[in-house]
Amino acid sequence: MANDTITDPGDKPKTLLGADELVLNMGPQHPSTHGVLRVKLKLDGERVIGSECMIGYLHRGVEKIAEHRSYQQFAPYVDRMDYVAAVSNGLGYCEAIEKLLMVEAPPRARVIRTILTELQRIASHLLWLGTHALDIGALTPLFYCFREREEILKIFEKYCGARLTTHAFRIGGLQYEAYDTLEKDVERFCKAFDSRTKDYEELLTQNRIWLGRTKGIGILKAEEAIAIGATGPVLRASGVKWDLRKAMPYAAYDQYKFEIPVGTTGDTYDRYLVRMEEMRQSRLICLQAIENIPSGPIMAKVGKVLKPPPGEVYHAIEAPKGELGYYVISDGTVQPYRVRIRPPSFVNLQAFDQMARGHLVADVVAIIGTLDIVLGEVDR
Amino acid sequence: MQAVIQATIEFVKQYWAPLVCSVAIVAILPLVAGYIVLVERKIMADMQARLGPMRVGPHGLLQPIADAVKLLIKEDIIPEEADKLVFWLAPVLSVAAALLAMAGLAIGPAFQIAKDINIGILFVVGISAMGIFGIVLGGWASNSHYSLIGALRSSAQLVSYETAAGMALVCGLLFAGSLNITSIVQAQYDQGIWFGLLAPVAFFTYLVASIAETNRAPFDLPEAESELVAGYMTEFSGFRWSLYFLAEYTNMIVVASVATTLFLGGWLRPFPRTTWLNFLDFLAPLAMIGVGVYCLVRTPKQPSRVQQIFMLAVAGLCFVVALVLVVPLVVPLFNRSLAAAVKPFHDGILGAFWFILKVSLYIYFFMWLRFTLPRYRFDQLMRLGWHFLIPLSIINVLVIGIAMIAGQYFNLTGWALLLTTVPASILALIVALFILASEQKSEPQKTSAAPDSYA
Repeated sequence: MANDTITDPGDKPKTLLGADELVLNMGPQHPSTHGVLRVKLKLDGERVIGSECMIGYLHRGVEKIAEHRSYQQFAPYVDRMDYVAAVSNGLGYCEAIEKLLMVEAPPRARVIRTILTELQRIASHLLWLGTHALDIGALTPLFYCFREREEILKIFEKYCGARLTTHAFRIGGLQYEAYDTLEKDVERFCKAFDSRTKDYEELLTQNRIWLGRTKGIGILKAEEAIAIGATGPVLRASGVKWDLRKAMPYAAYDQYKFEIPVGTTGDTYDRYLVRMEEMRQSRLICLQAIENIPSGPIMAKVGKVLKPPPGEVYHAIEAPKGELGYYVISDGTVQPYRVRIRPPSFVNLQAFDQMARGHLVADVVAIIGTLDIVLGEVDR
Repeated sequence: MQAVIQATIEFVKQYWAPLVCSVAIVAILPLVAGYIVLVERKIMADMQARLGPMRVGPHGLLQPIADAVKLLIKEDIIPEEADKLVFWLAPVLSVAAALLAMAGLAIGPAFQIAKDINIGILFVVGISAMGIFGIVLGGWASNSHYSLIGALRSSAQLVSYETAAGMALVCGLLFAGSLNITSIVQAQYDQGIWFGLLAPVAFFTYLVASIAETNRAPFDLPEAESELVAGYMTEFSGFRWSLYFLAEYTNMIVVASVATTLFLGGWLRPFPRTTWLNFLDFLAPLAMIGVGVYCLVRTPKQPSRVQQIFMLAVAGLCFVVALVLVVPLVVPLFNRSLAAAVKPFHDGILGAFWFILKVSLYIYFFMWLRFTLPRYRFDQLMRLGWHFLIPLSIINVLVIGIAMIAGQYFNLTGWALLLTTVPASILALIVALFILASEQKSEPQKTSAAPDSYA
């Protein structure tokens, strides 16, 4: 933010025709920067020769707010970071505080958490797919995606009354018991979803224009991805098999069988394929989970006032967009001393410049789309 | 003074019919364009599992009027740094070119403003290509980067695709042997076959090129909303914007009409020479009666009284139109002596029906593509144009010409001409694909990798 000029590595770039570069300001009000991202592009004709992301238009000081709220009071705030995957945010926060308190949520709560979080992953990926396709000019997948996402939001609404910023989980377990037909609803959704994914794939996967617009665009090599700390589908599409659900299992993920899809080249098309496969795997996890939801309490024994012992904890989960980490320091009072959040979108966004260089303006929106950023999470 | 008035009266006496028609076009076309937008939104909604506009009027039928009123009463903004004169001129130029092109077109044998221009189709194509000046000047005058890029893309696109479209038209004109619109349709009647069937590759080329020319998806790069906000229209709002919009939809009608005239038999019904298919003439009134009956049946099921009355009115309108369509068909059956008197009406009304039907189908195809396909990237668009469509259309003109000569040699006419033109078209396609493949082989895709100096 501080530096308002685009930095050039090495020599002054030469344009193709020897003309001046054109500086194009994209955002913060732009149809396809997915919120209030501002990108300053330096163009030679339509070719990008430099770019700079400017963030902070949605900064609300969430981490600072945490220091003035009790542990429970802060829980709804995390929903507002990645507002299209609120359930995942809540899971990460609740588990981090549980780790700090040294309590564990009961098995029943953990399974229900897993189901809802996986549904949220599907919903988040559906939103990504719809908007990504819309950025590339395919209008119709957006509405198909929203049709399915609506089903998931209905399940959330039935469960906790809210659709977007759900605050579905509590520290120590769940507040609400699963409603009677939760399993049936999830099963019905999963059954229908299988054929629905084929709808999108028919429109996109083998489409020549789609291939032309995504193959070879925004290549991120595995070393580069690791170097900037990219996680989630962005990392996996580059060929690195790293998924916190398998690497450091949390909730009830160790009980279920699922595959981690990885890409090979790390281009936009690979990221598309990886996310499509992840949706299918999430569906399988949901189907396994509803088969056997253990009975028992849904809340561990935690006090009304939470006073974790002094200490610090880092807990990360695999959110739909990557590794979502919470680093919480307790000083023994009712309020956290410090909460630091590691948002996947913020870290993945760093890859933008090296992905966009040398491509055309039209590819820039494809690259922003494929990174799947949510500005609420980037700016916090 | 007296002489001027005298001359004016003489002029009006002579040309009153085209004058009335042109006033009608200027008055009615915005409404037609508005309803094309509504139909487009409804079709889009249907393909996307939703309802589309439903609020203004029953099933959103008054939405275009509400939109038009909204656009007219909006504040008229001219950016501070814009070139004001050019900014004012550009949308007018765009819409004037589009409307002027309509003048040369014939909607059925009876409705044509500029009757029998000997260079008919050339006039239409030339004038409609003038519309690009509106886009380029508008993009330039806005003094905005997005507008400028949009305008640049638009001019490059038009230059590339106008060539392919022109070559495709040449193919059709080879068969017709005339540029006059009436003669072109007459030639298709004489041959008994649409030129689109004789020159399928040319028709395909024109189809693709016309989508690119009218800036429709998947070639809507000049206004690519997800990249350039609104392209050349970014700084335009209110009435000026609606003029661009009107120009875009009028251009769609123009290219659809040109394609219909040249490749789809104009106002002729399918298989115009086959007499046992004469019953197809009754299709028009029957379709209208069908729609009317449907509205009548649905009337009691409408939720509010206003909607019931509206449905009844629509049904009544359908029946009236059906009556108008059916009278010239039925009268000659009962009274032979009236047949000659009714014939112009018969031809005019049915011709208009078939023409509008074909134009609608052509535009429907445009819409269908828009909702199905993602957008091309600019370099891909240029490659498609220069490496495939232009070679294809040029080769096609050559081989179709040879096929025609061969056809004359063997005395083939009408459907028999397919014997020579179909192999010729296939040959053109193969050669063009071969050129495309060899070019791709010799020149690996540079666009995906960054040039060294920028790396």
